[in-house]
Amino acid sequence: MKAAAGLQSKLHYDETFNCVQCGYCLPVCPTYETMKSEVHSPRGRINLVKMLAEDKIKAEDLREPIEKCLGCRACETACPTSVQYGKILEGAKEVLENAEQKSITQKLSESLIFDQMFPSKRWMNTIGYLSWLYQKSGMQKMAQRTGITQFAPLHLGKFESVLPDLPSPAERKNRARLFKAIGSRKVTVGFITGCVMDAIFYETNRNTIDLLTKAGAAVLIPVNQTCCGALHAHAGKIADAKLLAKRNIEAFEKEKTDYIVNNAGGCGATLLEYGELFKGDIEWERSAQAFSNKVRDISQVLSELDGLSFTKEVNGTITFQPSCHMINVQKVKNEPLSLLKQVKSKGYREMNDKERCCGSAGIYNIVNYEDSMEILDSKMKNVKETNTSIIVTANPGCLLQMKLGIQREGLEKSVRAVHLVDLLVEAGAVSK
Amino acid sequence: MELLMEEIRSIIPSDQIFTSLADRYSYSYDASFGSYLPEVVIQVKNKEEISSLLKLANTFNIPVYPRGQGTSLSGGPLPVKGGMVLDMSQWNGNLKIYPDDLVAVVSPGVLTASINQEAEKFGLMYPPDPSSAHVSTIGGNLAENSGGPRGLKYGVTKDYVIGLEVVTPEGEIIRTGGKTIKNVTGYDLTKLIVGSEGTLGIITEATLKLVPKPPASKTMMAVFDDLVQSGQAISKILTSGILPAKMEIMDQSSIIAVENYQPLGLPIDAEAILLIELDGHPLAIEEEMKKIEVIFKGFESVKVKIAENQDEAQSYWKARKLVSPAIVKIKPTKVSEDATVPRSKIPDMFQKLKEIREKYDIHLVVFGHAGDGNLHPNIICDKRDTEEMIRVEKAVEEIFKAAVELGGTLSGEHGIGTLKAPFMEMELGAAGLDMMKRIKKIWDPNNILNPGKIFPEEGQKLVLRE
Ligand SMILES: Cc1cc2nc3c(=O)[nH]c(=O)nc-3n(C[C@H](O)[C@H](O)[C@H](O)COP(=O)(O)OP(=O)(O)OC[C@H]3O[C@@H](n4cnc5c(N)ncnc54)[C@H](O)[C@@H]3O)c2cc1C
Ligand code: SF4
Ligand code: SF4
Repeated sequence: MKAAAGLQSKLHYDETFNCVQCGYCLPVCPTYETMKSEVHSPRGRINLVKMLAEDKIKAEDLREPIEKCLGCRACETACPTSVQYGKILEGAKEVLENAEQKSITQKLSESLIFDQMFPSKRWMNTIGYLSWLYQKSGMQKMAQRTGITQFAPLHLGKFESVLPDLPSPAERKNRARLFKAIGSRKVTVGFITGCVMDAIFYETNRNTIDLLTKAGAAVLIPVNQTCCGALHAHAGKIADAKLLAKRNIEAFEKEKTDYIVNNAGGCGATLLEYGELFKGDIEWERSAQAFSNKVRDISQVLSELDGLSFTKEVNGTITFQPSCHMINVQKVKNEPLSLLKQVKSKGYREMNDKERCCGSAGIYNIVNYEDSMEILDSKMKNVKETNTSIIVTANPGCLLQMKLGIQREGLEKSVRAVHLVDLLVEAGAVSK
Repeated sequence: MELLMEEIRSIIPSDQIFTSLADRYSYSYDASFGSYLPEVVIQVKNKEEISSLLKLANTFNIPVYPRGQGTSLSGGPLPVKGGMVLDMSQWNGNLKIYPDDLVAVVSPGVLTASINQEAEKFGLMYPPDPSSAHVSTIGGNLAENSGGPRGLKYGVTKDYVIGLEVVTPEGEIIRTGGKTIKNVTGYDLTKLIVGSEGTLGIITEATLKLVPKPPASKTMMAVFDDLVQSGQAISKILTSGILPAKMEIMDQSSIIAVENYQPLGLPIDAEAILLIELDGHPLAIEEEMKKIEVIFKGFESVKVKIAENQDEAQSYWKARKLVSPAIVKIKPTKVSEDATVPRSKIPDMFQKLKEIREKYDIHLVVFGHAGDGNLHPNIICDKRDTEEMIRVEKAVEEIFKAAVELGGTLSGEHGIGTLKAPFMEMELGAAGLDMMKRIKKIWDPNNILNPGKIFPEEGQKLVLRE
């Protein structure tokens, strides 16, 4: 019996035919490396999607292989025939999401995470406030009782211990909406503050604005912006992702900006794919594409403006852990490195396989904790070989993960992880 | 089957046994055509496990299919009769270089490119370089006797194997050859097993010969307005006392496909491009390159460009590398053949291929290893289009006929597997094929190991439809 045509199109059955099963994607896939079987390889996953579309297997047979995929899309970059793995993966996730019989508690906790927490500024701010309170007052019990750690039940405690210092609620509330360029204005950019980024890495956002203005950009923060929807899309909740995307598109359409800038590799990739997300949607496709065309990573804008010089030497040797989505989806590769190389330090050393995913991957490290840690351990082996003292990252998820990796290896005394933006500020960035 | 599974579980750790439907489907294919569901997949990690499994298989009369990374283009590891797939790809723990003996000893799942990488640390080189080297296992390369662009000067996989450890189809563990470069003790079973496509034994360890890494290399691109002259030029160079490391050809359809895929500024009016790499002592290759240039100048239809540096050389080779991905943009299915002809017959083969392209109205692209006559006629089609696939099947048959008639062979490097089995008699004759069958029968009386490969079944035809 043939599966319904609707299912085949949702699963992007036609796209699976572009896979010639050459296996070129196997060596770059982190889960194939750690899980050591074809079901956890890109080629295997694509084949299983095809098998489901042909009704040869059941949705449940596909679930584990798809859930264990990081979505890092290194396979896409390696593929000689440009199979659009990301599209196949999202289609599969959507089908699995719809096929699943969920328990009531599962539904409730998911709704809390996806419908309320991530799209909500208020929630994210609350997390920011509470973490601040937790840090400043040492009231561990209180933070736990409020339940932040309980919906993603698994190992949040571990992540909590690597969170950075947070701003006070007053400071958070009083952030301006418009920042003038220092010196002559070369461009106006809209800034995507991001949800996790703004909640936990508030300081990095402040530094981002600082760098942009010093480099000659006026920075706008549209108030109605919301979560980019990456986590929703990756969880197969396409309808939710679209709702969030629409709110962002509307929020930025109102402003006159040259670029829409972000400092989180994963979010950037999703924003860049809004155009694709609304493909064929007469009402939204054009504005979504216009939005995507403006999306840039902070490193791209800083490189283009070329308005900064760096006055202080950073104490330590540096290695760089790029974000997968930045490399494989946004195709931003050289800009962060060229910025890093302008920084005075004790030297830059490249790690082996630097482009391999660190295992953070959205909320992968929360829902697939053990698998993620295996991938992280293999990354940390390469980090250790560089013998450097600073790991620079370009995405909040990777940053937390690397901090966790440092802790796992007991390297807290000798190694630290920082966001690229923070390092640039530390390096004494001033207007040229 | 239940009883067999019980026995398997008593000798193999459970995390190495895969029985779920998803797992079985994941080992049901390779990079060629068709998908066959095995009953069980076992990831083997040592020779004792393999030996016990093969003994069991003989008792229960169940077929066993060794599999590397499944990059075969001829159907080599497909479990066409169900049974057990032995996944060798995770057995990659041993890769040791003995620089003083110029040999490497490796376990079967080691990736081919890693051997060369490791050898380079000692100033040595493992020359065989199939395009799939960074994905395929050495076990798979040995079984297929893989070749690559460097085959012209350095030969193919079989020229670098001096010793093997093998589990026979009946489960005995034997050693062939050894660690010495010279060895004439008895029949050369090493060479018999290399290229036997996993039908005569399962390779569990290999001792490979290494050579000194040449200190320098140089690349040239030659553009031809006339295809026949490109063939003449190839012969002229090879008879002039120069042996390039690589000599690759792309025909006009490949050039156009690459330009459409990723514009590199290739001349789309040209009938062919020849890429030549020389390696050796820097002064020697400088001299030889000049000689080649002079030879080419003797042909009026040629323009030559010598790469000034490594980056420029890389960009020339990039064009060649892009052929495969470029052509599948035209249509998704690629039937990749590797019919090989004597070098002097390359122009005739090109002519034949042109006729076949027109006769069957198919999209046929030709590129390949010009220096050793190993062409890759690739037919670009869509396997969902049954009517087209029937024409393709007929065209493939004619390609083989043409190659054999020109004194060539069905396969220069991809092996026979399931796809070329129907044409074996055409090349070998009935008695020749029978001799091979008899060897198989003696080694594997119960026909346990990789059945359905190399030897055609009664009335077997080429089928590229599922
Ligand atoms: C894009 C692409 C490019 C390619 N380029 C080339 C090329 O340039 N030159 C070339 O020669 N080939 C090429 N190939 C074909 C293929 O890569 C080779 O045939 C390769 O040797 C197969 O290795 P594998 O590990 O994938 O083995 P598999 O495909 O898994 O198996 C191949 C055969 O080996 C047997 N086998 C595997 N392991 C063992 C073992 N340990 N003992 C006994 N038998 C075993 C299997 O039963 C099967 O018959 C290419 C393939 C692709 C997809
Ligand atoms: S590299 Fe691309 S074509 Fe090859 S197996 Fe992977 S997805 Fe398929
Ligand atoms: S997205 Fe990453 S983890 Fe998933 S199949 Fe591709 S390479 Fe592997």
